[in-house]
Amino acid sequence: MNEVLTTCPYCGCGCNFYLIADRDGEITGVIPSREHPVSQGKLCVKGWNVHEFVNSPDRLSRPLIKESGTLQEATWDEALKKTAAKLQEIIKKYGPDAVGFFSSAKCTNEENFLFAKFARAVVGTNNIDHCARL
Amino acid sequence: MTNSIADIADAKVILVIGSNTTEQHPVIGSKIIEAVEHGAKLIVIDPRRIPLANFADIYLQPKVGTNVAWLNGLAHVIIEENICDHDFIADRTENYRELVKMVKKYTPQYVQDITGIPADDLVRAARLYANSDRAMMFYCMGITQFTSGTDNVRTCANLAMLTGNLGKPGTGVNPLRGQNNVQGACDMGALPNVLTGYQRLEDKEARHRFEQVWQVELPAKTGLSLTEMISNAAEGKLKCLYIMGENPLISDPDLNHVREAFEKLELLIVQDIFLTETASMADIVLPGACFAEKDGTFTNTERRVQRVRQAALPKGSAREDWRIISALACKMGYLMGYESPEEIMEEISVLTPIYRGITYHRLDKKGIQWPCPHEAHPGTKYLHKNKFSSGKGKFHAVDYKKPVELPDKEYPFLLTTGRTAYQFHTATMTKRVAVLLREDPDGFIEINAEDAKAIGVREGWPVEVSSSRGRVICRVSITDSLPQGTVFMPFHFAESAANLLTNSAVDPVAKIPEYKVCAVRIRGVD
Repeated sequence: MNEVLTTCPYCGCGCNFYLIADRDGEITGVIPSREHPVSQGKLCVKGWNVHEFVNSPDRLSRPLIKESGTLQEATWDEALKKTAAKLQEIIKKYGPDAVGFFSSAKCTNEENFLFAKFARAVVGTNNIDHCARL
Repeated sequence: MTNSIADIADAKVILVIGSNTTEQHPVIGSKIIEAVEHGAKLIVIDPRRIPLANFADIYLQPKVGTNVAWLNGLAHVIIEENICDHDFIADRTENYRELVKMVKKYTPQYVQDITGIPADDLVRAARLYANSDRAMMFYCMGITQFTSGTDNVRTCANLAMLTGNLGKPGTGVNPLRGQNNVQGACDMGALPNVLTGYQRLEDKEARHRFEQVWQVELPAKTGLSLTEMISNAAEGKLKCLYIMGENPLISDPDLNHVREAFEKLELLIVQDIFLTETASMADIVLPGACFAEKDGTFTNTERRVQRVRQAALPKGSAREDWRIISALACKMGYLMGYESPEEIMEEISVLTPIYRGITYHRLDKKGIQWPCPHEAHPGTKYLHKNKFSSGKGKFHAVDYKKPVELPDKEYPFLLTTGRTAYQFHTATMTKRVAVLLREDPDGFIEINAEDAKAIGVREGWPVEVSSSRGRVICRVSITDSLPQGTVFMPFHFAESAANLLTNSAVDPVAKIPEYKVCAVRIRGVD
């Protein structure tokens, strides 16, 4: 058994809890954090059951590339090469402002920072936003 | 939030506007109820009689889309009855005279005619809020998701400044952020007009600091907002969208228009943890890791930067999103050699004054609230203590404007949209949790009993709901929480997506769509 303190991925309250992982590294449950300044040992029904979607069989586990209308499994090397080549082609043909980025209110600060850095420094556009308004 | 969640316990009066707090921010909702049990007075203002209204000393039920009218009405009463904080107004604010002129006509009777709020109730609410030196205001999407969203927020701020309920514990203007890291995504500059920590793109010096660290020249021109990117794609001007962890084909207004726009793209890249409605349309899908499978930080609604810690490995060959972005940058010839999210945070703190004192070591078990300008700084529990960051707080004199689309003969009902207690946003996570799916399995429309009778439908019967943009079939849920003529739908459900109906008209400043108001017709189906 392994207990890892982390922050809930749902609303903006920012409750903390411990994720319980078994010997195989599978997350099996949640224990609230009593000393946390917001949640103080409480959680809502979504928080209590947060481990269930993590283990859903529907989770994506391989990159996919559309080939003649259907998404086919690919290796990371293929997917990244193709993404980079296509992005470069579009930037060359239409300029960087023909590319747009939807960042994510679900992802971490570090990932949002890198995504914005990717848009601005690598592609060269400020067309970046996320669902703050939705 | 200007203040902290813990302040709820110190507030003498709590004003909740357009936030179904017990269902959307349950832990904050329970703190509000606890405060009421300990003697705090509660004012709830919401077009739906939400559960929190049962705990309120005063509950006001305005017509949807009339926020500026009753907010100006409250200001009118506070000024007329001279229960404002004159010292605060004199020392800390500007433009007071303009506000006085504007709200002159918003008498309680005039406000009643527009909003349906009884004049006496408006006066009672104004007195209760203004006479307290610790009145804490909360609001949510019931203030922002209008073409008048910016005006609504400004008139909320007017009330707090008029009464001096800002810059001290137990007060403040406190928007509740809907998603775990909406605050952080904004802080990190995932916006078209700012770099991290709200440093303006036009600010040459700020841009220069980033250029030095990133070793590249940065574009200075403001980018397109999310809604503008969709309309540019529809017009064929935007050729590629790279979407990370979002599902606009459920969450955005006027979905038929969004789908048409996406079909025109030459390249759609989607990075996600499930094959969402949006990912299904992609040319390339990159599998990311969920919160439990990576390290990092989220920033909550009270600006608390908190640790996210890895408890399991990503599924199959899926990767943490920061690794995917770094690998792709390298493939495109720009070196991103980060070994860990902690290393990325070090770069964030160098570039971001409000995060400068934040390190993983310091965050530990309780996090830190920004602004945190240096490593010895304890973080900031409430903003605007002795002065506003922009100097004086400006009163905004704004007039009430009607929503863009109101019911007419063809579409006689006003539809307002929102969320339920058991599903979350586009339900990609929550529909995979048995207990949540049991409580809220599918889409529905809440209708007043009289309206249901007039349409000829009963509880649980299917109806067709249509606007000028689309139509959906869903079941009827009869409610007494809505007045006749107003109906409510949650937007979570792909099979009966409320956003097929909603209007994509946006606020001119914030570019937020008017999700809370559109006109629909309803008919029974077999």
